[in-house]
Amino acid sequence: MSERELRIEGVTRTFPGQGRAAPTLALQPTSLSVAPGEFVAILGPSGCGKSTLLRIVAGLDRPSGGSVTLGGLPVTGPGPDRGMVFQSYTLFPWLTVEQNIRYGLRERGLPEAQQRGIAARFIARTGLRGFENHWPRQLSGGMQQRCALARALANDPEILLLDEPFGALDHQTRELMQELLLEIWDDPEAAGGRKTVLFVTHDIDEAVFLASRVLVMSARPGRIKAEVPVPLPYPRDWTVKTTPEFGALKARLMADIREEVRRAADAGA
Amino acid sequence: MQPLKPVSPGARLVLGTGFFGVFIAFWGLMTWSGLVPPLFLASPSKTLLAGWSLLTEYGFAGDIAVTVWRVFGGFAIAAALGVPLGLMMGAFKGVEAFFEPFISFARYLPASAFIPLLILWAGVGEAQKLAVIFIGSFFQVVIMVALVAGATRPDLVEAAYTLGSRSTGILRRVIIPAAAPQIAETLRLVLGWAWTYVIVAELIGASSGIGHMIMDSQRLLDTGQMIFGIVVIGLIGLATDVLFKALNRWLFPWAAL
Ligand SMILES: Nc1ncnc2c1ncn2[C@@H]1O[C@H](COP(=O)(O)OP(=O)(O)OP(=O)(O)O)[C@@H](O)[C@H]1O
Ligand SMILES: [Mg+2]
Repeated sequence: MSERELRIEGVTRTFPGQGRAAPTLALQPTSLSVAPGEFVAILGPSGCGKSTLLRIVAGLDRPSGGSVTLGGLPVTGPGPDRGMVFQSYTLFPWLTVEQNIRYGLRERGLPEAQQRGIAARFIARTGLRGFENHWPRQLSGGMQQRCALARALANDPEILLLDEPFGALDHQTRELMQELLLEIWDDPEAAGGRKTVLFVTHDIDEAVFLASRVLVMSARPGRIKAEVPVPLPYPRDWTVKTTPEFGALKARLMADIREEVRRAADAGA
Repeated sequence: MQPLKPVSPGARLVLGTGFFGVFIAFWGLMTWSGLVPPLFLASPSKTLLAGWSLLTEYGFAGDIAVTVWRVFGGFAIAAALGVPLGLMMGAFKGVEAFFEPFISFARYLPASAFIPLLILWAGVGEAQKLAVIFIGSFFQVVIMVALVAGATRPDLVEAAYTLGSRSTGILRRVIIPAAAPQIAETLRLVLGWAWTYVIVAELIGASSGIGHMIMDSQRLLDTGQMIFGIVVIGLIGLATDVLFKALNRWLFPWAAL
């Protein structure tokens, strides 16, 4: 795994207005650098531009200003070095679970035996054994997102971009998925060590539990309003949520975010 | 009855064949009672008898075969050229901008209006029959396939990009498989329309085929034969439709059509 730093410098995004409507400023100049192997959570109220920022890093959207570089090279489009799990369900409905997970490997032209081996590993890792030959429509929401995570991981990206991947799941499933994600990220046997993760969420617990650093975004137009390191040691399991340190971090972030949510509500009204 | 609640397959079959029964009973009532004179409408039994003599004495099976081959031949050519063009138009907006206005214009040209011209160009042989069906089907296939391909979910395309796909990968491994079930449905629809064009083509300047037989029977005022010909078209249409549907379900189990 290469040791490349992700740098976001002065990135802005303005969406042109429809017809006579005024253009929407979704993202104010935003700068951020993420070291290899870091787990960064981006926390912010709905509509503050979290998805927009992540899509720009993925290369699926172009910034109106500023630049994104990876190891000094500008990001000009999407690529397999930045894997993504989307807010919506995006498994290919015509492929089985196993074929979905192999998709990126097949695009890379890996021999089929090798594709199957890698897929089997991630099927086991995400607890999808027994569902290899199911169609996505036969899976629950939680299983679909696990499969999407396996599909992104199997491709061995340098950076993992996760856009509220567990947003549509119930509370219990969500907590299990968070633990699963940390386990995979923190796997001491993983070749190349920890991946760089950018995790978007509007759930404070989720951000503190997962990340080594939490960025709080302001209400629209979004900008990074505060940066809070999370000094809790890895490996973490659910019991960390009951510690006073966790509670203190949560209280601090809650104060920040409540203010923004109220501002967002006022602006939207 | 509840809105949108599905019925069991058994009930479907009973209900579906039931209306055929009602229809034939009504037809029989009108004709056997003498309410409608045989000159205008043959009774169900007369129609069956006329059909029997058509098949045994006049070689009607040959006419059916000729018509079926014309429909499938013209349709196959239209699909073989129309599906790729439609896919390219749906996937690449420049290609669409180039062809779309002309094809939107061409699809409103009535295929039957071309028959006199086509007779002039191609005579009254098979080429002219195939050309009528081709003109009637091709532009519809192109427009509908382009629409289906262009409506591919953009989030699936984006997911494929983040997994390393490039343009050809997106087209071949996202747009085409995503659109395939609806393309098959489109072809099923257009095949149904092709049947109406073939009969029109055979009514004018043909020496064989179901349409030609219907034309001949009119000269003899044999309503039984005419109706039998029409019913045969309907039955073949129904059979291909059922087969096409079954094929689609078998080819695309993931779509649960
Ligand atoms: N394609 C687009 N065209 C126009 N406006 C857009 C577009 N995409 C996003 N926006 C606007 O940009 C702002 C930020 O959107 P974005 O999807 O990034 O928010 P978000 O933080 O991800 O919200 P959520 O938590 O609800 O997913 C919103 O006000 C949205 O209306
Ligand atoms: Mg979002």
